[in-house]
Amino acid sequence: MAITEAKKMTTLQVKRFKPSENPTNTFLTDEKGVWAWMTTVDHKKIGIMYLVAVAFFFALAGFLAIALRTELWTPAKTFIEADTYNQLFTLHGAMMVFFVLVPSIPAALGNFILPMQLGAKDVAFPRLNLASLYIYVAGAIFTFAALASGGFDTGWTFYTPYSSDGNGAGVIWVTLGVFILGFSSILTGTNFITTIHKLRAPGITWDRLPLNIWALYATSIIQVLATPVLAITILLLSFENIMDIGIFDPALGGDPVLFQHFFWFYSHPAVYIMIVPGFGIISEVISTFSKKTVFGYWAIALSSLAIAFIGFLVWGHHMFTSGQSAVATTVFSFLTFLVGIPTGIKIFNWIATLYRGSIDMKTPMLYVFIFLFLFSIGGFTGIMLGALSVDIHLHDTYYVVAHFHYVMMGGTLIALLAGLHYWWPKMTGKMYNEKLAQISAVLIFIGFNMTFLPQFIMGAQGMPRRYYNYIDQFTPFHQTSTIGSYILGVAFLIILYYLVKSLFSGEKAPSNPWNSRGLEWQSTSPPDFHNFDHTPVVINGPYDYHKPMEEFQLGLAVSHEGHDAEHAPAEVDTTEEKA
Amino acid sequence: MGRLFDFMLPDNKSPLTADSTDGLFHFINEVSLIFLVGITIALIYFAIKYKRKSEDDKTPVITHNNTLEITWSVIPLLIVMVVFGWGYSGWLNLKAVPNDAYEIQATGYKWNWNFNYENGAQTLNELHVPKGRPIKVVMQSRDVLHSFFIPDYRVKHDVVPGRYTYVWFQAEETGESVIFCTEYCGTSHSDMLAKVIVHEPNEFEQWLELNGGGIQGTPVEQGEQLVSLQGCQTCHSIDGSPKIGPTFKGIWEREQQLTDGSTVVVDENYIRESILYPGNKVVAGYQNVMSPYEGRLSDDEITNIIEYLKTIN
Ligand code: HEC
Ligand code: HEM
Ligand SMILES: [Cu+2]
Ligand SMILES: [Cu+2]
Repeated sequence: MAITEAKKMTTLQVKRFKPSENPTNTFLTDEKGVWAWMTTVDHKKIGIMYLVAVAFFFALAGFLAIALRTELWTPAKTFIEADTYNQLFTLHGAMMVFFVLVPSIPAALGNFILPMQLGAKDVAFPRLNLASLYIYVAGAIFTFAALASGGFDTGWTFYTPYSSDGNGAGVIWVTLGVFILGFSSILTGTNFITTIHKLRAPGITWDRLPLNIWALYATSIIQVLATPVLAITILLLSFENIMDIGIFDPALGGDPVLFQHFFWFYSHPAVYIMIVPGFGIISEVISTFSKKTVFGYWAIALSSLAIAFIGFLVWGHHMFTSGQSAVATTVFSFLTFLVGIPTGIKIFNWIATLYRGSIDMKTPMLYVFIFLFLFSIGGFTGIMLGALSVDIHLHDTYYVVAHFHYVMMGGTLIALLAGLHYWWPKMTGKMYNEKLAQISAVLIFIGFNMTFLPQFIMGAQGMPRRYYNYIDQFTPFHQTSTIGSYILGVAFLIILYYLVKSLFSGEKAPSNPWNSRGLEWQSTSPPDFHNFDHTPVVINGPYDYHKPMEEFQLGLAVSHEGHDAEHAPAEVDTTEEKA
Repeated sequence: MGRLFDFMLPDNKSPLTADSTDGLFHFINEVSLIFLVGITIALIYFAIKYKRKSEDDKTPVITHNNTLEITWSVIPLLIVMVVFGWGYSGWLNLKAVPNDAYEIQATGYKWNWNFNYENGAQTLNELHVPKGRPIKVVMQSRDVLHSFFIPDYRVKHDVVPGRYTYVWFQAEETGESVIFCTEYCGTSHSDMLAKVIVHEPNEFEQWLELNGGGIQGTPVEQGEQLVSLQGCQTCHSIDGSPKIGPTFKGIWEREQQLTDGSTVVVDENYIRESILYPGNKVVAGYQNVMSPYEGRLSDDEITNIIEYLKTIN
């Protein structure tokens, strides 16, 4: 940035703050006890509680997935009835989407990391943050109420008129649960947008924003704009269910295709709510473990925003066979391809970042590599599904099931695992067992491909989705898939084991175990209650590995802040040329 | 011509509708494979070549490269535009029914397919068609969404209550192909199968002749045919075994417990009501899943069904 630019040049007194390797006071020691946790407004504790909740739902929905796969070992009945199967796949899908993937990265990891990467003490509205957690819990309670009142078997898409005629109380409860959950998502989004605009530490200009923040920013915009549409759709559905007003049900004079429009108007952007935060994590991890500036910073940052906006205009690609108008179909297909491009660009940028880097294949990086491979397959098969004529053949078959598992599990969930391992030392102050972590990552890779690759083949051969029974010719594919899912299950158990174990007997984590230049690493591990015991001042980009570590450890030299009196204050201004 | 990904697709039995789709399917797969191999090789190569030697490794500052970035944006853009155009033209073809197409009416309902022919012939879950002639299937649903899918022909369309939709194809070889329902529709969605049976044109004419004029015979015989054509046996057995609905065996004058606690004795009016408005009186221990037959069966037909039900003991 040129000095001549008419920007305000503030001169700040700064000094170096080296994070202590033996913190006595951390956010974990400061507020103790169940009540303190339940009423805390600390973004870090809230993030951790979200993480626990998400892990709980993931375990539950994962367990259901294993049950589903076991049932599919043979055609017809293996061990559960058709109605049970239909309820289980609905529950699995709904939980994985609404209770796991939507909140996972933003609300759990994002909550913890976002203020730290901004050098802020907390999010802009800490109480709202706690409220969003409780709203999430309330949504969950409604879902369990739905189960108690007879369950629901509509699929997570709640298509009318199946979901509106004679399907009982279960559907009403669960949709209200999702309705409530939406507010949690909206609050988190609003909070993040405000925080990013208002609480950046001195020196964090928009071009020094970590890409993780850009990704969360784009995500928050989608959350705030799309979620209300879901809320309204669900309200309309409930009106129809409870009061017999015809909106979507043709028997009452409504239009079932209208419901699909409304539903996907939210749910397509929602897939970006799920994946874009993953992009943020990948950028952070890939830079740290190749010790290198991210290639094409602006391309990655802006492509997230581009995806967020174009993502609003492609919902109709879920409805090519539904009977929507021909013009709509054409336009939606066209735009779908456009949204593929920014995603492709990101992949190339990440790979280019590796070029001439100093690559360290630690577990988070291993997950990034797995991500790049699996997510690419997810992307290519997405192009396949965007192609009109081919989608006619593939729609609602296992090809689609495989595609979205490659994107959502191979993409988002793998990114989440990368982020979890990356920030685990910061969050808990403990190191996990690297060897077990590597083994389970490899197992996940094997298990995942074994589970979902065969589904592409049987799907293209015609195997429809949401099928309890199937024709004999598909048996070998289903059985391979089921074995793969068991391998996946074992891998997740190993992860659970070593992560929990690390809490009790893990090696103590240094403040910056990966030598990252990210601001969040300039706190103690685990961080102080207020994240930093000073106001950080940033003079470099978050990926400037060519600059010495000292330059990343600056903070406002106000006498009453900080505890390390030995360092003399230095004079540095917040623009680049002096650094 | 053999192609790398042939193993993924079922036989192509209706080239007029399937060729374009298959060509594009192969094209996307092959181009994707090239990209994927490239990406994988780059990943592995970089991971090995640039493996970290020491914590003090110095890396170059490469922020961006316009030429490179434009190249890898524009080339994929061109490729996806080709894919779009190809998919679009294939899809237009799927929408454009040839003028001389032979029309068959299809009705989907939980969980069967009925097919009706111009001369009154009716079938349940069997779509008989002549070889070498374009066929248009006009579809409607009686209850919830269904979707009509014939993998061998690469055609699919949702079947929507309250409106008509269609697919067309032209089978080029005799034999059978499977039809799936691909829009989730409840308990027996995965059993909502049917098959296409392709005949030589003259055999088809004979078949049509034989089945034309619809249902005939004594009232009981007509009732029996109706019960099997209307798919009642998907949910009701005639041998006493329980299915999704109560068995028809011994139904006449049976005392029936209802969900509201009352009991009824099965007579003409009760059966009539059960068929037209099954939700009014739901038998205890069963779900209200039978779709109303109001407007689908005439009074005479219902009378015939009742006559038939009386005979099942
Ligand atoms: C989707 C499955 C399904 C189909 C198809 C179906 N039914 Fe039913 N039927 C049921 C169920 C479930 C019940 C019991 C609940 C109720 O009374 O609504 C029932 C109840 C009945 C009863 C009352 C039986 C009794 O024992 O009291 C009659 C009569 C009947 N159906 C006739 C028919 C006829 C005739 C057809 C075909 C035209 C038919 N059903 C098709 C599911 C079905
Ligand atoms: C992040 C992880 C996952 C997500 C987000 C996810 C999401 C989904 C969704 C949205 C559906 C669709 C449900 C529906 O059609 O209504 C689904 C179906 C299914 N998933 Fe998952 N899933 C995940 C992991 C898994 C795993 C690990 C397995 C296997 C072990 C699995 C097996 C299945 C099966 C068997 C179905 C049912 C397919 C059908 O009958 O159509 N899923 N999943
Ligand atoms: Cu979409
Ligand atoms: Cu169905």
